[in-house]
Amino acid sequence: MKNNLKPTHRFEKDISNCGLTGFISKSGKLVEGSVIIKSIALMHDRGNGLGGGFAAYGIYPDFKEFFAFHLMYESGMALQLTEEYLAEHFLIDHHEEIPTRRNAAITNPPAFRRYFVKPLETAEYKEAREFQNMTDEDIIVTHVMRINNEIEGSFVVSSGKNMGAFKGVGYPEEIADFFRLEDYSGHIWTAHNRFPTNTPGWWGGAHPFTLLDWSIVHNGEISSYGINKRYLEMYGYLCTMLTDTEVVAYMLDLLIRKHGLSPELASMALAAPFWDMIDSLPEDERQLLTAIRQVYGSGLLNGPFAILFASNEGLIGLNDRVKLRPLVCATKDDFVYMASEEAAIREICSQPDRVWSPRGGEPVIARLNPGVI
Amino acid sequence: MKIDAQGVYYKDLNNQIRSAVASGADKIELVNVNGQYFIGDGINRPVTITIKGVPGNDLGAFMNGATIVVRDNAQDNIGNTMNAGKVVVHGHAGDVLGYGMRGGRIHILKDVGYRVGIHMKSYQENKPVLIAGGKAGDFFGEYMAGGVLVLLGMFSDDPAKPLHGFCFGTGMHGGTIFVRGGVDEAKLSREVGVFELTGEDRQELEGYVKEYCRDLKLDAKEILRENFVKVLPRSKRPYGNLYCPMPR
Repeated sequence: MKNNLKPTHRFEKDISNCGLTGFISKSGKLVEGSVIIKSIALMHDRGNGLGGGFAAYGIYPDFKEFFAFHLMYESGMALQLTEEYLAEHFLIDHHEEIPTRRNAAITNPPAFRRYFVKPLETAEYKEAREFQNMTDEDIIVTHVMRINNEIEGSFVVSSGKNMGAFKGVGYPEEIADFFRLEDYSGHIWTAHNRFPTNTPGWWGGAHPFTLLDWSIVHNGEISSYGINKRYLEMYGYLCTMLTDTEVVAYMLDLLIRKHGLSPELASMALAAPFWDMIDSLPEDERQLLTAIRQVYGSGLLNGPFAILFASNEGLIGLNDRVKLRPLVCATKDDFVYMASEEAAIREICSQPDRVWSPRGGEPVIARLNPGVI
Repeated sequence: MKIDAQGVYYKDLNNQIRSAVASGADKIELVNVNGQYFIGDGINRPVTITIKGVPGNDLGAFMNGATIVVRDNAQDNIGNTMNAGKVVVHGHAGDVLGYGMRGGRIHILKDVGYRVGIHMKSYQENKPVLIAGGKAGDFFGEYMAGGVLVLLGMFSDDPAKPLHGFCFGTGMHGGTIFVRGGVDEAKLSREVGVFELTGEDRQELEGYVKEYCRDLKLDAKEILRENFVKVLPRSKRPYGNLYCPMPR
């Protein structure tokens, strides 16, 4: 456990909910940050100023072969220890401060730096690759877990290639201003406006939650957090962000990257249909869903949720199986939009070709066209 | 009277609407609306508010006698605890429509979301009616205690979508649901049963449909040409025996 000297959270409560929005250009068209800011700012009142964040894909084309580590430091000591750790384990092609702009709404921001890295061929690396059958991605995950757990005051905000997460305590438009998001262009963007319900509003607890290039924004509550967390611990994922949504990012990494499930099957594990519905399906589907529920019972997300999960492959929207949180989708040309409110989509796409609400538990999957990245 | 809502914060917009109503306006036209919450809430006068754009959540909540016409799509929670008046939407609408509605009309042209008509109720001459011209999500008529829901399934943007979702009428213990063309009995809750319409029902339904068609410029004959079924609760106390048997 980490002990922070300064309180990192505030405990006020307020009547609100959460808001999320995101879009993808399937052909990889780059869109400026100002667009996603406009969309999430329309849902200002869904948050309460205790969390805002963004994930952006395609923003580091010059470093796309490197894992882009966004680091958050609560102290100079955390920075020093982490940089020593990184130098020991990684080839750092480039590193710099993440540009920020001070604004009056943001109090006590931690320090942010980014590092474009590849694992160094250390003895530990060779051991992991040759004798433990680990991939570079597995090794990155191990390092992320170690930094988050072992270095006090240091947190990996994101660690994927050609993507980054920007998040903190404030309304999303204030966080965007702080991180100068108008200076970035990406082909997938997601954004979150947070109303912390039963977990603290602190910088690490803002959405998105990420691992490698997975990023999750979530509206709702993962009531099954305890079960999900213990299940993930068995596979080496350690929860350090004090917020339920963190488990979703790790669960998707486990199900899709490690276990090789398709996004469709992974969605069925997270938002499995009820047993009586499964029993009414044709035999092959019944067997498939029965197997998924049996194998991934501890991966089931209980409680209300609407989530957007993005990766370098695309953008996926998913609701809990009884749709206790809103989610609206729209398409326009090669763009797919997903948001808590239709108005948030209309704000940046006034005349969509199609607007619809997906069913509970039914993922909306928008993949990048082959060859885009 | 015309109000340009472009970029106007919802509180300011609603203040403008309320002062227009207070100064006696009969017709208010809102243009460039996008996402402003609570439009028309608690309005007690028979004013007509026309909305161009997509209004935000909780449209017409606690409304008591006004008429709101939305020329585009609408979002969630329309007509929450509405007392009287009417909301007409010329597009689709979201989840939890008519929550606890106890009078007035909600006429939606296209699809509606989950939990439509949840806990609608009626008392003496107050009988709310909600008509959806498209298809509906799960939990249609959940905990319904009174009033009338009508599902037509005709004006949907998604031909592949089923007419209605699962858990139809869960916890329903009052009121009536009319469905054009029949229901999928596998998706009904245990609390409801399907019945044929009586002559009296048909007359009642015809009245509702004609009013709906006047508002949305549709052909009532076309709608009424198909057979309708009536869904009613089996019991006024579906959960009376949930924990222990109750005396009858």
